[in-house]
Parts: sequence; structure tokens; C-alpha cells
Amino acid sequence: MSDDDLATAGPARAATANLSSRPRLAVLGAGHTGPVIARVAMAAGYPVTIAASGDPANIALIADVLAPGAEARWAADAVEDAEIVVLAIPLHRFPSLDPALLADRLVVDTMNYWPPVDGVQGMFDDPRYGSSEIVQRRLARSTVVKTLNHIGYHELEDDRRAPGAPDRRALGVAGDDGAAVRTVADLIERIGYDAVRLDSLRAGRLLQPGGPVFGVSLRRTEFARALAG
Amino acid sequence: MTSFPLVLGLDTFGDVTHDADDRPVSHARTIRDIVEQGVLADQVGVDFFGIGEHHTDDFPLSAADVVLGAIAARTTRIRLGSAVTVLSSDDPVRVFQRYSTLNAVSGGRAEVILGRGSSIDSFPLFGYDLADYEQLFEEKAQLFAELLKGGPVTWKGTMRAPLHEQDVVPHTESGPFPAWIGVGGNPQSVIRAARYDYSLMLAIIGGSPARFAPFSRLFHQALTQLGKDPLPIGVHSPGHVAATDEQAREEFFPRYQQVIRRVARTRGFAVPTRETFLREVGPDGALYVGSPETVARKIAANLPMLGANRFEMKYGMGGLSHGALMTAIELYGTEVIPRVRELLS
Repeated sequence: MSDDDLATAGPARAATANLSSRPRLAVLGAGHTGPVIARVAMAAGYPVTIAASGDPANIALIADVLAPGAEARWAADAVEDAEIVVLAIPLHRFPSLDPALLADRLVVDTMNYWPPVDGVQGMFDDPRYGSSEIVQRRLARSTVVKTLNHIGYHELEDDRRAPGAPDRRALGVAGDDGAAVRTVADLIERIGYDAVRLDSLRAGRLLQPGGPVFGVSLRRTEFARALAG
Repeated sequence: MTSFPLVLGLDTFGDVTHDADDRPVSHARTIRDIVEQGVLADQVGVDFFGIGEHHTDDFPLSAADVVLGAIAARTTRIRLGSAVTVLSSDDPVRVFQRYSTLNAVSGGRAEVILGRGSSIDSFPLFGYDLADYEQLFEEKAQLFAELLKGGPVTWKGTMRAPLHEQDVVPHTESGPFPAWIGVGGNPQSVIRAARYDYSLMLAIIGGSPARFAPFSRLFHQALTQLGKDPLPIGVHSPGHVAATDEQAREEFFPRYQQVIRRVARTRGFAVPTRETFLREVGPDGALYVGSPETVARKIAANLPMLGANRFEMKYGMGGLSHGALMTAIELYGTEVIPRVRELLS
């Protein structure tokens, strides 16, 4: 099934009508997850720019082919006019990211601390804190919301469903700032998932690898039950 | 769709098999059985036999090239290669030397597929930091591409000692042997393959194969943009063939669930249920499990959709018996391959 088919069949159709009303997204990262997030956000009617660590010319072809419509920019230029910045970089790159770049922005943290796959990383190797709490502490001038970390990048496109579909999957959205959580929950709902809100990044630890919902396809009630259990 | 010949191969990760009492056989026995499996693959008409480097108790195939050399000595036709060589934690010079030696032993039948693989055990084993993964792979893929060209190599990077006008032996008889980069979903790896003239191997181990079609387009467009000629594209996916769909599923599923459960414990992801398994076995999933007809139809449907001319079925799953694997190889060679050729002709 092509992207076009999905966009027509999925939850995006109504959304594209009022494209300009949606907040602008900057996706940082053009690896496994960045282009997929750009694609599903655009299908949900969000204007999207995409950036990697260097010259946008390096990722222009990736953007053209994998996320047509998402403009490739320098990171600073992408963040400049974005209301939501999606961090889709490997976690080991995070310590080299300048916090000033993301100051005063709503930042969606999709990353995971996953030592068996990515190795041990000093900044995150502290069992007292969730990885997004550590991200928030470093990005002290940003508002961090945790989501999209617990669904495979390969599922994010296929598992989208229209609101009310019996098999619509739930995703957790965790953050300390209620308004930011609402904005991101709205994004998740429009992409094609039921958003289950968690009222703190601390509670967002439940979304991490090894937790009850990581990588599991659950409906809203099952998801809430798994979190409570 | 493509001007490259259709190639239908088999890959193994050296999954430890179980004996008649469902007990794991020894590592040594597993390795000797793999030699027999490679020889059978040659006899029944399989085009390529690949061994994926692993370093764990349940996948003891850490020296794939040695096993491939043994298979080479007993075969004349089948092409032999890694699937994959974990280049980031290896020395490109040694990889070239080993596979160029295999190429000599086998009369020009060697290939190499470079990648990270899904297993990372080689990093701590050889003293590499996973945080350096990207840079290790980038530099080493570049150096390996230079080595393949054959002449004296001059190279400088940060992850390995420099080389100056270095002659690396053994020389190949007739130019570079085929080299691929295995890609599991990172578009930057696709671009890298194009930049250094590697063929592209799409590792599709879960979810819808269709979502990889844009990667083939990306590869073609990157080659065009770089002013290079088209290069082959292959697909690697897990599978199991038995006489009937039901038998293949009943043999494969419990082992698959068991293996993933073990991996899931360390990696924190979900264990497959029968429902998710059946989705993967269906037309929109990544597994090629079934009768020869079912598996052939799925291969024949997906290759053109992905713009690919090559398919490698990763056969075996920890706990299956050597006998079941030999049957799967025989059915793949004698029934699946001719049927795919017929469907695609």
C-alpha cells in the first residue's frame, strides 16, 4: 500500500483541509525514525521540516524520497519557526546537542536508553531517573514531552487507524507541562492513535524499554490497565 | 524491472539445532551440520549460501569465513558469503584478506555483506564502544571499498591506523568480488552504500515489506545523482519451508517465540503471539513460512515490488532439528526456486 493510499484511507483525510491551523513540526534526525515521523505528521496535516546534524544538502534526497513535502533545513533554521521539535536522533548523539538550540521550544523526546542495543552511556546510566527526565534536566529551558519511544518505527505507519476503529492502538504521552502534553496528545490522535496521558516525565518511565507497554500493541483500555498494573 | 539476474539464496546465523530429545547439540556439531547444509544447498540448486557472524552461545558462528571455506572445498557452483560481517568491530584489511582468500579457494565465488547485524555482542568482545558505531562503520566501509579496488591503498581515518601505498594480499583474479551493505531501516546507510559503490541488501525481519520500497527508490536516485551505474538490490528475510503451510508454521512458531522471548528479555520488546506471528506470515508481513508454493508466491510478489533481483531466506531457528533444516533446504532448492523463476519469467 502506498503512502497516498494510507493518507486517503487513514485518519488524515479531514485533517489536510485546514493544514495551516496545525502547529509546525521540526523533526531532528533523518535516520530510522525521523523520516517516518515526518511522513505520518504530514499525512495528519502538520507542516514539517526535517534536519540532521549538518548541511541539509546531505539529507535533501532522503527528505525528497522518504518524506516528500518535508523541507530539509539546517537544524537551527528548522527549529526557528517550529512549535513542536521532535527529537529523533540516536541517544548517544544527545550529549553533543546544544541545549540553546532548543530553548523555549516544546520538545518531543522519542529516544530510548537501551544499553543492550546501544551500549552504556554515562549521562543516562542512572537508575533513579527516566531517560526523558535526564533529557529535560539538560534541556532546562525547553518543555519536554515523552512519546513515540515505545512503538517501532516500522509500526508507526502501518498501525495508524481512524478514530473509533476497534483496533486503534494507544500510545502514551508523558510530560510535566499540561498544555504541552495536550498539544502532543493532539498530534498523536491526529496521526492515528489514541493518546493516553501521563502527568509527569517521572510517570513516563513506564513507557521505557522493559516496561509494560514498550513495543506492545494495546487498545486504550488495555494500555491504561497495563500502566496501572 | 531490473537488468540483473535473479539470485535466490539461503542465509543462516548458525542457530544451534536440537537433537531428537530436544536438547541443544554442541557448537562443534552445529558448525559441522552447517557445512552439510551448505553442501546440500549447492546440490539442490540454491544460488547463494550466506553465514551471519554472531558471538553468542545460541549462535556460535563467529568465524563464518572458515565455515564457508569448508563448504567451498566441497562444492563447485554455489556462491558463498557473509550475511553479515560486522564490519564496525572488525578490521577491513582482515575482512578483505579473509574473503579474498575465500574467493581464491572457491574459484571466484565469494561475496561479502557488511553491516551491523542485529547483534551487538562483537563490540564489547573486541573492545569497541557502541557509541562510535556510526563513525566506525562509515570509515571502515570507505576503507573496505578502497581495498576492493585491488591496487595499493592509501587511506587515513580516525578509527584505524593509516595505510600508505599498502599492497594487501591475496589479490583477486578478476577484479573486486561482490560486496553489499545490509540495511535495516536507516536511509543514511542506503546513501552510504550508493556513495561507496556497494550493492544494497534490505534486511526485512519484521513488519510490512512494502515500506522498504522507498529505500530502493532512494538507492537508485542516489546512484543517479552520484553519476553511477545501477547496482543490484537484494532482500534478506527469515523463513521456513515444509511440506505444508500448517507443518511449516507448527515447526517454526514455537521456536520463533522461544528465541524472541529470550532476546526480548534483554532488549525489552514484545514477545510475538500467534496472532502477530500469523500477520508476519501473511502477505503484509516479513516472514516466509509455509509450503513451497506459499513461500514462492510471496517471494515472487515482493521482489518486483521492492525493485530487487535477489532474495536470501534466513532459514533455521534455534531449536529446530538439523533434519528439519535439511528438508527446508531441499524444498527451497527443488521446489521454491524453480517456482519463483516460473512466476517471474
